[in-house]
Amino acid sequence: MNEFLYVISFSILVTMALALARALAGPSVFDRILAVNMFGTKAVLLVAVVAFISGRADVLDIALLYSLLNFVGVVAALRLVERGKFYASVRPRVEVKPGEKP
Amino acid sequence: MLALTVDIFLLVFLIASAVGILFTHQLFAMAMLFGLYSLLVASLFILLDAPDVAFTEAAVGTGIATVLMLATLAATKESKEKPRKKLSKSALTISIFTGALLLYGTTGLPKFGDPEAPIHTQMADRFIQQGQAETGVPNLVTAVLASYRGFDTLGEVTVVFTAGVGVLLLLRRRYKPKIRRNADAG
Repeated sequence: MNEFLYVISFSILVTMALALARALAGPSVFDRILAVNMFGTKAVLLVAVVAFISGRADVLDIALLYSLLNFVGVVAALRLVERGKFYASVRPRVEVKPGEKP
Repeated sequence: MLALTVDIFLLVFLIASAVGILFTHQLFAMAMLFGLYSLLVASLFILLDAPDVAFTEAAVGTGIATVLMLATLAATKESKEKPRKKLSKSALTISIFTGALLLYGTTGLPKFGDPEAPIHTQMADRFIQQGQAETGVPNLVTAVLASYRGFDTLGEVTVVFTAGVGVLLLLRRRYKPKIRRNADAG
């Protein structure tokens, strides 16, 4: 059973590495948001697996907190990307006159 | 064995994200990577068996700080770090001086892992033997933080609360911003 959990935690770590690489490299904003979200999910899984291996069930509360924070953080990030004027990407701003539709 | 492997992996991720934060010029990426960094630090705290410190780190670092940084970015016009022309001499002098002062300060501390340090000879035994009975908290780190150093923690909470209120006041908008419908930011 424990070997099984070891293999699982190792594969979660490898997945975390892939997500981190995407977060570091990611050309667009959404790549980074998704990578950070995925990293958070994998952190939740890792914490849960470590809790099972070490037998400390109270650590599972932290895993729950992580998943909540992950959700709230991603929603906030996406909402602010939608609201923010300039920082989403480097593209010229198109001026729109009051009467005209963009 | 497993804890060591996970520790090494997480520390490597930590270094990679820190280097990434240093070398990126996109402020948005920086904010997201800071959230990731703080999540890693919180995971390391869990492995060190300090769950409530991990709670604080995750809530403040990953949650509030990332959202506040993104909100600040949404309110500003610049999306990129300004390229630095040359090294500022006065800033370099000040940081080297401060670093040297801090290094000098560490010489007064007991050696790392020294069993004869005052913290181990005077307080630790008492905390381990009577902490449970005196505070009723199952986790020892939590007992020390929340009960024995309660005033310290209260001060920290006050500082964080004041900072949060200040930032929220700064970020308050007079007009509700328009939401772009066709935001193909990428």
